[in-house]
Amino acid sequence: MSKIKSTEDFEKLQESVNKTRDPERLCITVCSGTGCHAYGCEKVTQAFVEEIRNRDLQDKVDIRTTGCHGFCERGPIVVIHPQEVFYQRVKVEDVADVVSETILKKNIVDRLLYVDPNTGKQIICEKDVPFYKKQRRIIFGNNALIDPTSIDDYIALGGYAALSKVLWEMKPLEVIDVIKKSGLRGRGGGGFPTGRKWEFCRNAEGDRRYVICNADEGDPGAYMDRSLLEGNPHSVLEGMIIGAYAIGSHQGFIYVRNEYPLAVKNVTIAIQQAREYGLLDRDIIGSGFDFEIKITRGGGAFVCGESTALMASLEGKLGEPRAKYVHTVEKGLWDNPTNLNNVETWANVPVIINKGWQWYSDIGTEHSKGTKIFSLVGKINNTGLIEVPMGISLREIIFDIGGGIPEGKKFKAVQTGGPSGGCIPESLLDLLVDFEKLTETGSMMGSGGMIVMDEDTCMVDVAKYFLNFLKEESCGKCVPCREGIRAMLEILTRITEGEGEEGDVELLQELSEVVAETSLCALGGTAPNPVLTTIKYFRDEYEAHIKEKRCPAGVCPALIQYSIDTERCTGCGACVKVCPQEAISGQRKQPHSLDQAKCIKCGACLEVCKFEAVIKR
Amino acid sequence: MVSLTIDGNVVQAEERTPLIKIAEKLGIRIPTLCYHPALEPYGTCRLCTVEVVKKGRARLVTACNYPAEEGIVVHTKSERVIKARKLIIELLLSRCSKAKVIQELAEEYGVKEPRFGEGDEDCILCGLCVRVCSEIVGANAISFTSRGIDREVSTPFHIASEECIGCGACAYLCPTDAIKLEDIKGTRKIERWDTSRPLQRCSICGNYFAPVAQLEYIKNRLNLPEEIFQNCPNCRRKSYAEQVAALGHI
Ligand SMILES: Cc1cc2nc3c(=O)[nH]c(=O)nc-3n(C[C@H](O)[C@H](O)[C@H](O)COP(=O)(O)O)c2cc1C
Ligand code: SF4
Repeated sequence: MSKIKSTEDFEKLQESVNKTRDPERLCITVCSGTGCHAYGCEKVTQAFVEEIRNRDLQDKVDIRTTGCHGFCERGPIVVIHPQEVFYQRVKVEDVADVVSETILKKNIVDRLLYVDPNTGKQIICEKDVPFYKKQRRIIFGNNALIDPTSIDDYIALGGYAALSKVLWEMKPLEVIDVIKKSGLRGRGGGGFPTGRKWEFCRNAEGDRRYVICNADEGDPGAYMDRSLLEGNPHSVLEGMIIGAYAIGSHQGFIYVRNEYPLAVKNVTIAIQQAREYGLLDRDIIGSGFDFEIKITRGGGAFVCGESTALMASLEGKLGEPRAKYVHTVEKGLWDNPTNLNNVETWANVPVIINKGWQWYSDIGTEHSKGTKIFSLVGKINNTGLIEVPMGISLREIIFDIGGGIPEGKKFKAVQTGGPSGGCIPESLLDLLVDFEKLTETGSMMGSGGMIVMDEDTCMVDVAKYFLNFLKEESCGKCVPCREGIRAMLEILTRITEGEGEEGDVELLQELSEVVAETSLCALGGTAPNPVLTTIKYFRDEYEAHIKEKRCPAGVCPALIQYSIDTERCTGCGACVKVCPQEAISGQRKQPHSLDQAKCIKCGACLEVCKFEAVIKR
Repeated sequence: MVSLTIDGNVVQAEERTPLIKIAEKLGIRIPTLCYHPALEPYGTCRLCTVEVVKKGRARLVTACNYPAEEGIVVHTKSERVIKARKLIIELLLSRCSKAKVIQELAEEYGVKEPRFGEGDEDCILCGLCVRVCSEIVGANAISFTSRGIDREVSTPFHIASEECIGCGACAYLCPTDAIKLEDIKGTRKIERWDTSRPLQRCSICGNYFAPVAQLEYIKNRLNLPEEIFQNCPNCRRKSYAEQVAALGHI
């Protein structure tokens, strides 16, 4: 392939790619995202390749391994095009049936269809599955359609058309104007207006400017950036090149977590392909604009996702934050003007250019436009990655898309915004999700983590869990964050161990205020959120722990007691066998008793008892 | 130049001068443990927290690195500042309950017993030692390791560092006296870094005056006469005086 030197060249390339694509042609796509990998999608793909070869169908059927579809709960996912038949939990043993029935005879293999748990109905097409119905997948949707290692797949779906348009038809300031009007805000946590950030960086003094893609993604349980980079790396590259052109930068970096080898691999391939096509490096699409991108692997510390720590780490220094009184758009990497955006933010850019800012700003709420990708995890039926329009309600996300809480349990809270986000209670389920509304609750958008909790969750324990994470991940540079989190964690631990004292809640609030106000970076600035929101919405639980020495959810071991109901106990002896402490004794067929002194509160007896004779209190 | 207000005083200052320097000139004392005028501000102890009002919005910032801006109003002792500072002192006290500087600060701010335990760490992690070693000395013998509450200053891998020249700048700056430096029988010891360096004897008076390693280090970097590295400063001064006196006779 010779390099593209003009828009005409690019159009020719599009034509030639499209010529090889027949929309009516049979294609088996196998999701190859992180979740499906864990379920063994590689073997399934291999089985399809062999089955197709054995039946000599190579000329009629394509097989494509794609990025993450989002419905990780149901992996491995296989979709047959053009009919869009959606098969889930596909195993190697199912492959022969799929080929002989669906590919050859156009029959559906019923057992592989998704069954809507609410209606009991089988669903054939991916888009009709409730999990996808309320989603709006303008950024994430192409993941399911393309092979991330094929630039032609991306171009066939309109990829790099935005770049060609920008370089040949728009001035840098026009690009900035479009992004500003679109209302796009950073998806990495802060929600800063992207167009304005670009403008500041463009106008900052300096002769060298940098753009960086933040792919550090340190939130536990979050993997949307990973899935975008793994599944559609060109969309991120295209966004970065457009941004660089608007800002006037010729050097970009992708700072990616070391634990994401597949993302590194796919981005490396994508950069190589873009170079070969003349879409990166010198004289991009013959426009005279130069821009190159380097990949840097981060050590994987959560705090390295913070902008100044990330830049220090990129410079080869210790990855710890510094004061931002002078912004990084003015003095960032090596003291040059630097524009940092999140993976998802960059991926939004080509979409806005292609569809126009008006179209884009029609999606969402007044101050939060477009969509947001969330990772929906915890006590929820459909875990996975979802992309929803801003302004959707939490209720729709959790009950319509997420399918509600497993085992008929009651919803208790949803934690949003990553480890330093907050817990939102049931009374606020109708909240319309956007930057402002989430902040108003005391939580935040963060990078898009959503952890659902059911009635069996102790909220004091939850606060303790997140503070413990933050204690480990604080860089330790400044006093309020390092010592304040330690102090808060000590108090929370005391409370959950039944040692809480009158005044502890107020002490936590006092600490929270100062830690939030005086910490050097936003890690310390937001670290008190889990404490403050659980106090705000679940104060009664704190009170119960402190005053009554009781854990209402029955979670904190020091505050629960197991005992045996002698009326119900049949003396079957099942509990005696499972108790690791030999704390239960009694004669066969006689009611047993439990020695509190020996009990370690593991709950094994409760689980094994068939007669509901073990009482937890 | 910009014009700003600190505790009611309207002052002119070079744009981007750290607030702490402007306050100092006005005779306003702002407490700090990690600031040193010869080093880059680091902003870790947060004791120099002050309140800045900019465009009607008030927020807490650190005076050691907040740059002077036109029209801002700074309060170094507002209620909000004192409240935050007191809690920071309490947190420091709960880490290093035996450190004298912290006890003195606690006394000054009326902080009683810390409510979050009484640790007996001696290092407050202000980083003065790390920064002087890197920014001024250039030896980079010590650095921060580990994260969060486990953060500490040490030599690489906790073993005696080749880079340490035994100059003792770290010990000199340490506000809590956590770095002990001893010269015993021709050897300089800095226990914390496991450093042990032979001292150079003055060729005139025979006294030990500096670690050999430090003298070598300076020799390699600066083009100074050999004599400097053989004789102690006292004897050098004396010999200069004699030379000058000798000149006088001509
Ligand atoms: C402790 C901490 C961790 C962060 N981690 C990330 C991260 O993993 N990815 C990310 O994009 N932004 C992260 N951020 C936010 C970045 O500092 C920065 O605001 C963001 O990358 C800017 O891009 P955006 O404007 O596109 O959101 C983190 C911030 C803090 C304080
Ligand atoms: S707030 Fe926490 S993470 Fe940020 S600089 Fe201070 S110690 Fe480090």
